[in-house]
Parts: sequence; C-alpha cells; structure tokens
Amino acid sequence: MWNMKQLAYGALARRANQIKDELRQGVRKPYKEVIDVFQGDLHGAGMKPLTFVRQVLAACVYPPLINSNNLPLDVRQRAQKELGRCVGGSVGSYSAAAGIPEIVHSISEFIKRRDGGIPSHPENIYISPGSQWSISNILNVLVNREASPRTGVLIPVPCYNITVLSITQLGAVTVPYYLSEEQAWALQVEELQRALESAKGVCSPVALYVINPGNPAGYVQSQKSVQEVIRFAWEKRLFLLVDELYQDCVYGENCEFVSYKRTLSEMGPPFSGTVELASFHSVSKGFLGECGLRAGYVELVNLDPAVMKHIHTIFSKDSCAPVLGQIALDLMTDPPKPGDPSYPLYKQVGPENCTLVINSLPGFSCPPLEGGLFAFPRLNLTPKAVQKAKVTAEMQEDPDTFYCTRLLEEGGVFTSPGWEYGQKEGTYHIRFCIAAPQDIMEELLRRLSSFHMTFMKDFS
Amino acid sequence: IVTQHTAVNGISHRGRVLTLDSMNPNVKRVEYAVRGPIVQRAVQIEKELKEGVKKPFTEVIKANIGDAHAMGQKPITFFRQVLALCSYPALLEDSKFPEDAKKRAQRILEACGGHSIGAYSTSQGIECIRQDVARYIEKRDGGIPSNPDNIYLSTGASDAIVTILKLLVCGEGRDRTGVMISIPQYPLYSAALADLGAVQINYYLDEDNCWSLNITELRRALNAAREHCNPRVLCIINPGNPTGQVQSRQCIEDVIRFAKEEHLFLMADEVYQDNVYAEGCQFHSFKKVLFEMGPEYSNTVEMASFHSTSKCYMGECGFRGGYMEVINLDPEVKAQLIKLVSVRLCPPVPGQALLDLVVNPPQPDEPSYATFMKERTAVLSTLAEKARLTEQIFNTVPGITCNPVQGAMYTFPGITLPQKAIDKAKELGLVPDMFYCMRLLEEDGICLVPGSGFGQREGTYHFRMTILPPTDKLKVVLQKIREFHLRFTQEFS
Repeated sequence: MWNMKQLAYGALARRANQIKDELRQGVRKPYKEVIDVFQGDLHGAGMKPLTFVRQVLAACVYPPLINSNNLPLDVRQRAQKELGRCVGGSVGSYSAAAGIPEIVHSISEFIKRRDGGIPSHPENIYISPGSQWSISNILNVLVNREASPRTGVLIPVPCYNITVLSITQLGAVTVPYYLSEEQAWALQVEELQRALESAKGVCSPVALYVINPGNPAGYVQSQKSVQEVIRFAWEKRLFLLVDELYQDCVYGENCEFVSYKRTLSEMGPPFSGTVELASFHSVSKGFLGECGLRAGYVELVNLDPAVMKHIHTIFSKDSCAPVLGQIALDLMTDPPKPGDPSYPLYKQVGPENCTLVINSLPGFSCPPLEGGLFAFPRLNLTPKAVQKAKVTAEMQEDPDTFYCTRLLEEGGVFTSPGWEYGQKEGTYHIRFCIAAPQDIMEELLRRLSSFHMTFMKDFS
Repeated sequence: IVTQHTAVNGISHRGRVLTLDSMNPNVKRVEYAVRGPIVQRAVQIEKELKEGVKKPFTEVIKANIGDAHAMGQKPITFFRQVLALCSYPALLEDSKFPEDAKKRAQRILEACGGHSIGAYSTSQGIECIRQDVARYIEKRDGGIPSNPDNIYLSTGASDAIVTILKLLVCGEGRDRTGVMISIPQYPLYSAALADLGAVQINYYLDEDNCWSLNITELRRALNAAREHCNPRVLCIINPGNPTGQVQSRQCIEDVIRFAKEEHLFLMADEVYQDNVYAEGCQFHSFKKVLFEMGPEYSNTVEMASFHSTSKCYMGECGFRGGYMEVINLDPEVKAQLIKLVSVRLCPPVPGQALLDLVVNPPQPDEPSYATFMKERTAVLSTLAEKARLTEQIFNTVPGITCNPVQGAMYTFPGITLPQKAIDKAKELGLVPDMFYCMRLLEEDGICLVPGSGFGQREGTYHFRMTILPPTDKLKVVLQKIREFHLRFTQEFS
C-alpha cells in the first residue's frame, strides 16, 4: 500500500504538467486550460499581485526607478526606505541572520497591533525562506534523533502534508489526533488525550502542532478552543507549534482569528509565563499571496535563553532569507496607511460561495468554510462504489486518488486526494484551493459539478 | 532523561520542555564562525558608534563575510533590469528598458504560474531555467552533455549542499557516514556535519605549497577514518574558501581517480568558478574533467557540483539563487531527493530568474552586451588587482605569511603570535587567533574571522579577510592590519 502511494506521489503533478504541455502544443481536450488549484498558490490560481508591492520591489531591484515619475510618490519613498535598510544599499547583500533588523521590528509591531497591544520582542523573531523553513529549524532543535523512545509530535488529521514530511525526515514520529468532521473539524481535547495515550510505549511526545485557520480543512478555532489547547499543552508539557499562515483568510460568519500568542498572554499565569510557543506566519498567503518570494517568520515565546542562542546559530548557518521576500514581509506587516496614494489598492481575499455548490452535489459534503484557502469536501461513496472504483482504477489506487486523476484528465481541474493529508480510515476527500478569482472559481465549480455528476452515475 | 516535573505536596512544578538537556544534542555542536561571536561583537560596536560612543575609528569594516554588494560592488545593470521587469511587468511598456531585457523577462514570466514570480514553482525549479543551466554547463564544459533532469535549483548553494549531505549521512556507530573536507574549510560544512551527526574527516591542505591538495594526505585521512566510521563522501571547494587556491587539472584528475578507487561520493563546491586571478591558473570543472577521463570514470563516479548567484561577478547574495548538478545518481535515490527538496516547497523564484540570466547573459549581437561585458570585466579585474595587492602588502609584514590569492574572494594568511599573547589568550579563555582578531576589532574597527573558525593545523594561527572592500579602503585596511600586527607583536614580546 505504501509503495502504491509512493508511486502516486508526484504522479498527479507530473501528469498535470504533461497535460499543460499538451495544451500548449495545441492538443485537443474537453477544456482549454488546466485549472490548477492543487496548491495554496494564489498567483498560480490567477490572483493578481498587489501593485504597490510589485512597484516597490521593482524600484528596490532597479534603483533608477526611484527617480522615475512613472511610479507613485509613496512607492518611491518606500523603496528608498527599504534600500536604506539594506547593507550597501543593495537587495543583493546578505542581511543579518534573523532578518533585516528594521523589518524584524515591523513584524513585532504588527504582532503587537494584531494582539491588542501585547508586546512582541524583536529578538524572539526569525525570518526564513518561507514558514516551513522555520518550522523545520525549530523541529530540528526539538527532535533528539538519538533518543529512545523516539521523539513524537502530535499532528492533526487532516494535516498539511509538508509539515508531516519535515517531521518524519527529522526522524521523529507523528502522533495523529483526529479533528471531528461531524463538528466542522473541531479539535476536541478528549481526542488530544486519546492521541497522547496512544503514544505510550511508542514514542515520547514533546510537541503539539496546530494549524489555525486550518489546512486542508477550512475551520477557524474559537478562542475557547485555543484556550483548551493551551491548557492541554501546559498540563501535558508539550511545546506548542502553531501554524497561523491563514490568519488573514477568515470569512466565516461569527468567526474571528485570535492568535495563540494573544490567548496565551490573556490567560495569565501560570500559562502565560511558561507554555513554550512557536507561532509561524508568512508572506505566501493572505492578501499578498507571494509564495514564490519565500519569506516567513517564527515568533518564539517563553523559550530557554540558552536554547535561543543555539537557535540563532542554526538560523545563521542558513545565511538569511531572500531580501526581496523580507521586503514583501515588511510591506505586509507595515502596509500603506489611509491617506497614502496606494492605500485603496490593498484588499482582502474572500472565497466564493463554494460550500453551497459543493453541498448541492449528491455524494459530496463539506462543512461551512470558515477560513483558510481550501475546500476539503468528503466524497460519500457507497461501499459498492468504492469497490467498483478500485477495480476500475489502473493501479488499484484509492477512490480519492482515482477521482482526482479522472477529474484532471476529463475535467482539467488539478486537485489533490485526501490521503495526502490524512483522513479517517474508509473516508475519502479531495482538497482544492478556493482563492482563485471569481470567474475561475465559477468555471471550476461548473466543471467539478459536471464531472461529479458523471462520476457518481458511473460509480453508484 | 531528567524529569522536569517534581511533585511537591502533590503540586507539580513545571520546567521547560525545551532545555539544553532535552534539545537535539547535535544542534549544540553547530558553530558558524562567519556569523559567530566576533561578528556579534562587531554589530554591538556599530550600535555604540551610532549612539555616539567615541572610538579610535568611525566605522566597522566588515571584512568577515563574502558579501560584495555590502562592500560597495555594483550589481550588473542588465540583471537588475530584467528582475525589475519580472517584479512589475507593467514596466514592459517602459521604453527606457532595452529590448533584450524585456525578452528575457517575458520568457521567464511565461514559465511562471499565473505569469507571476510570486507563484510557487516545482520543487526542482522552473523547467526552462534548468534547461538554460544545462546549456550553460555544456557550453562551459566544451560540449559535454548536461541533462536538465539532473539540475536542481536551490536556495543558494548551501541549501543544495545540505540536501545532498542529508541523503548521504546514515548509519550508526562505526558505520556512521564519514565526510572528508579540507582543512581549512568553509564552516557551512562543519556546521552541517555537526547538525547531521556525521563524522567529519579532515584532510589538510598544504600551506607551504600554496594550499595545494595532496593525494597522499587524502589517503592518510581516509585510512585513519576507516577505523571509526564509514567514509562515503569527499568534499572539495574549488576555487577554495578560505584559501583561494585554484586546483590544477592534474590535481582534479587525481582526486577523481581517488574517489573512484575508494568508492567516495564527490561534492564539488564551485561557487567561485569565475573568480580566478592568478596567472597560470584556470578553472576546470569537476564534471568536465570527469567526462574527459573516459567512460570508466564518467559512467561510475557519483558526483554533485554546486554553483550560486552569490559570488563570481554577480555578488547577489540576497537573492539566494543556486543550483546543483548530480551525476550518476541512483534513480531511486533521485526519487528520495525530490521528496527532500519538496520540504522547501520551491527555491525563491527571483533567485531562479537571476540564475537564468547568469547562465544566459547578453550575447554579442544584443543591445545590452557592451555594458554587460564592461561591468563584468571591471568587477573581475578589480578583484584580481585587490588579490594581488593583498598578497603583496601582507607579505611585507614580519609575522604575516600570505599565500597567493589565486581565486575566490578571501585571503587566509598565517600569523605568528608571540608566546605571551598565546598565554594571555588562554588566560582569557579565548583561542589565540580569536584573541588577536578581537583586539583588532576593538582597536581598529576591522572585523575578520579567526582561522580557528575554518580549521588549521595545531599550533598555527590564521585569519580570513575578504578582498572585497573598495581598493582605496582595502589599502587602508591592509595598512591598519600591518600596524596592528606590529603593535600586537611588540606588546606581547
């Protein structure tokens, strides 16, 4: 089974690239282009970059533009400011290991503003090439490869697959806790407890990884839920790793993003001064969507100062994060203000009304999307349908892989199967990004509906 | 395992989860001298200067890190024009940008998702850029074929180097992978090996012979290492860092032969391949030599070569662009390699775009060619001049011995320290060359990296200085170091 999955790994992506090539060469297909919603890649899905951001970056890259009247004044001033912070006035020089100090400071101010004034200390913040790089570095410090029993990390099911890869590549063991699909993917403390119990004799759990807002499941944790998790981490002595990349992607009614940092601080002693917390964010999602620039950061709270020194060394041997990415982070955390010429152009991403469409399709169900960038609907196939699909599938792959493969070939929509993220045994899901522009989303849902009806008819 | 929970009257006292005792012990062994304690002190001093504290100098000269732009080197105009066009494609309408820049930008953008450099690329890197890299390698190596599937773009060369090491390091106890690296070496290697818990096998370069590499020394190091580990990898930096030596073709052949005989994976760090200054020296890529040695070698020796956008004439460290070319890798291993690089998602796209320009620069028939060549030549010839100047001036100082800076960006002179100074250093709990460099920093505001950060023969001392400051400033720096050395020697005589 594992080997089958290994073969499937990357196979869908390769086929998608092949189809894209074939279309470019003029091969006839039932669609003119592939709708690529496989990753949380906003620009790849058609979202346009923010003009202000790109103008500033261009002027930083090619400083003669700073004297050009073709660019708005605030752009030119901002570019000048950013370049003034670069060593030698060039985006081509290395920065300090933790990041350009003024940008690290901007991030700390952003966190403070976001969290209602709770201070954030710049020396606890590290910028890295994307958030996953920071996650990897912190995991590296936590995971003792020589330990017996092996180090364990609690992860949600479903979970962002790249983090799972990071954990296992470091030689640690994943300890899954199942989010409750029936309760809109709620995180239940009893389930955390069960997961911890299951680790006895298998591994030694040291950390609890949480994604809020979720990926692939589109939930936003309530403040009460966040408090429960913090309390659990405190009681059970677990290091909290909190992936908050989608904090700017909240749209559910009565949903609000509250950071773990803020909640921890407001819970007061004994929690606020003791729970060790690493919070991750990046420039890849939200309204910038600059995945390709590779810039993210981690804020570390309540860590042992002696350990912090080693963390600094680990980041310093990586040299530094790409400077353009760092500047984009600055533009995200210190955006144009009301009154600035470029202010009106900064806007939020909102999803389309996918939940309604998905739930209107028989054999598909999805809790209301509250946040994040993905829909993770469940394929409700009868056991007979599952069997039939398995038999039809060329390589006897699971129904979710089979569904995604067929959807790609026949519908020209590139999604990913639920097994990549983990799912309860016997359930099948698919994941796709919902942040494409409206017209693309409409086309996606149209193709998905049409394909789905045919599929359900063939496999009922 | 120490329990940090102590029950007192039934109440648990909570200690930290992550402590020096519980953390990954390998991480504790990691050091990276280039950005280490002396640099931290330099940054502190810069803060003090800003606050108005009086010192015998008005600025700190950071000759510790191979950062050309930080020292005033100008970027290549053409590269920055294309990158600006990629960043803000509306500029494609701007007549002030040359046509060849626009064409390059359009081609790159077409290969990006959503025509944006903000989209993810595949983990291996944008395909047409890998094709361009392969073509560059073929041209450089006299037509020896390069397969784009064997090219992996990366976040600087360091990222690729660490990735390959992750693939290679395994085993327990006596079977633990041993990795051969030159002494002195660029401390990314020692840091990565410590982090991975690999065994570092030191082979000493010959200081008395221009830091040359001897096969007898390789053999000695390997045989000694076989007693306690499983040597599988041989790393070589050419042109060298910190030593600047450029390996002769014969030497490269000998190394390849040695690697084949002893069944070692070759890692060839070639990031300074355009930085060759000394007469009679020439860069020979390991790939080229390997293939010219015939199929007995080219079909069997497993190798990875590394390059980057940070050095040479570009100096674009902040873009984090780089690649590796792998040769004769087992296909199943390649499948694992893809998984490994997917953890990074993808290399920074601006860095990929920059790499594309480096391997695909303006051609003689293109409008930007003349300016490009002028800028490139100026940078490289200035570096050559500074290399010569550095060697010349340091060799006039009694107590400083400087080998020719044949290539790269650094000098690694040997310094003679009076016994009293060595004793004083020990008293202060400092390694002698760190004591020396700290003094230089405090007295003259010049930041170098002590030789101990790179490795050196027992009882010898060195420092690494970059040759990157602008020529006039470099002359002043060399003069100040000269004066400092004489003063220091006098003080401790």
